[in-house]
Amino acid sequence: MSPLLELQGVSVAIAHAQLLDGISLRLDRGQILGLVGESGSGKSLTAMAAMGLLPLIGGRVTTGAIRFDGQDMVQMTEAQRRALRGRRIGFITQNPMTALDPVQRIGAQIDVVSRLHLGLSSAAARARTLELMTQLRIPEAGAVAEAWPHQLSGGMKQRIVIAMALAGEPDLIIADEPTTALDVTVQAQIIQILAALVRDRGLALLLITHDMGVVAQVCDRVAVLYAGRLAEERPVDPIFAAPAHPYTRALTLCIPRDDTARGALHGIPGAVPTALNYPSGCRFHPRCPKAVSACSATQPALVAYGEDGRVACHLPGPGAP
Amino acid sequence: MSQPLIRVEGLSRRFDTGGGFLKAPRSMWAVRDVSLAVGQGEVLGVVGESGCGKSTLARLVLRLIEPTSGRVLLDGTDLTTLGAADLRAARRRMAMVFQDPYSSLDPRYTVADVVTEPFVVQRRPVPPGAVAEMLEAVGLPASAAAGYPHQLSGGQRQRVGIARALALHPEFLVLDEPTASLDVSIQAQIIELLSGLRDRLGLTYLFISHDLGLVRYFCDRIVVMYLGAVVEVLPDTTTAPRHPYTRALMDSSFSPDPAQRRTLAPLAGEIPSPFALPAGCAFADRCPRADARCLAERPPLDGDPAHPTACFHPL
Repeated sequence: MSPLLELQGVSVAIAHAQLLDGISLRLDRGQILGLVGESGSGKSLTAMAAMGLLPLIGGRVTTGAIRFDGQDMVQMTEAQRRALRGRRIGFITQNPMTALDPVQRIGAQIDVVSRLHLGLSSAAARARTLELMTQLRIPEAGAVAEAWPHQLSGGMKQRIVIAMALAGEPDLIIADEPTTALDVTVQAQIIQILAALVRDRGLALLLITHDMGVVAQVCDRVAVLYAGRLAEERPVDPIFAAPAHPYTRALTLCIPRDDTARGALHGIPGAVPTALNYPSGCRFHPRCPKAVSACSATQPALVAYGEDGRVACHLPGPGAP
Repeated sequence: MSQPLIRVEGLSRRFDTGGGFLKAPRSMWAVRDVSLAVGQGEVLGVVGESGCGKSTLARLVLRLIEPTSGRVLLDGTDLTTLGAADLRAARRRMAMVFQDPYSSLDPRYTVADVVTEPFVVQRRPVPPGAVAEMLEAVGLPASAAAGYPHQLSGGQRQRVGIARALALHPEFLVLDEPTASLDVSIQAQIIELLSGLRDRLGLTYLFISHDLGLVRYFCDRIVVMYLGAVVEVLPDTTTAPRHPYTRALMDSSFSPDPAQRRTLAPLAGEIPSPFALPAGCAFADRCPRADARCLAERPPLDGDPAHPTACFHPL
């Protein structure tokens, strides 16, 4: 079966800055792909590219193809891309406080998606809205539909944003840090709702997050981005058990686990470089504990690694740092 | 526990809002009857979700805001009754690191101005070489002194914020979510730094955070707050929780280990409004163990003095 979403060697530039460099990813139906990396690594830009929204921020795909269900979105007209967004690709933003129109009632904001994309009548759209809200475990859906956004809590607003993303019956959902603005007990509810949707409806979910705990909990595969390039992309179990790229390993060592001893928490020295001064060779080499001279001289190619994985490193795998 | 450096006794703070044209006056208790002690050299963690009063507590402890009732004692001296001059003298012994390293540094100040401001406030001369020494202590090059905050990354700014807090060689630091706006890679750097400074300088910390995993890693004892009140004090980082809310907080933080995946029974509902506090236990309407008594009566924080819990049906 062909993948639902496939990025093939995608490079993205804004003005003269080359921000993404040869990103290749695939996402099948019924799968959750986690996209991780520090701020500035290119996670959100990858999501923008996958939705064909780059023109909005003055960006463009310079090389590569973005195939959604076999069609190349790069070659499409803007009208064709717009027909996909909302209908077949749903989007969940980081901040539910700004994703809703403050002067429109909650129900109307969800109704409009199915009226526009599925051609439903007002009554049919409202029935569908209430059904979606109930599925998302929103109590008293009828009353909430008549409420204004400011009357709802953050967790409730994020459920409304999820309902809007689902209203067009999409095949793919792209969620950009969907729980970062929420409290931990509410985050746990929202993450479980998203995971259940993927399982029950056979959706595909591209989940952008900086939280390795969330990744470990729900993702099937993990793609690690660093400074606009793919560092490693593998199934979730081996990538946590035996990270191949030193950057992936470093990221997992940043988060305390139940058994992390005092003093065993290690940050990553330095900071992510900006696109205007990317280092030569492997872009991670100035911060890498394993770096040798080859790392600053040549860019490591993304090669097959382990079972069904890929890594871009001259010295992949375990071994003393 | 060693001799407490800080004692907080029955501290409460009420905020009043409204009362204007067409707006009925309303009031809420951000912090309700909180008592705790921080031992010399201890790291005491305060954990809770938004609205639980942890940042208000941080400000009350340093008397950056005035309490409605209760006392804060630093080495036996009641800070809440001190006059301006005595309070300023007491403030040399304590400092705060703020959550947001962007808004807590004046953009028009150089880094050197920022870290020497405590001397200016205390009307003391800046010792020669102090700036370079302070920057070195937090892992910044001396050359950073002439720069401005906007030239620094988030992690570097937070190092400047820590250098400023250490300027007058305080004994006690209140750390209010010092890593909440940073990447995990930088968060770990800052935690390492704070941990090293504590060992080297013998500091005492009150560490405020919403991240239970981080608090369990960094702190000696843990105070869990819900809607303005302490619901449980964990005597160390390994003791199992007795309050259902603490249990729920632990179950809600996902371990970065796919082998520990679990299907949680997520906590239903959200934190109630502090303007309409229930008569009984504030957690009762989300609690799987709640009964009629929990809805009617507020459970006191009692039980084992080393591990007090405010619950009628502890785990």
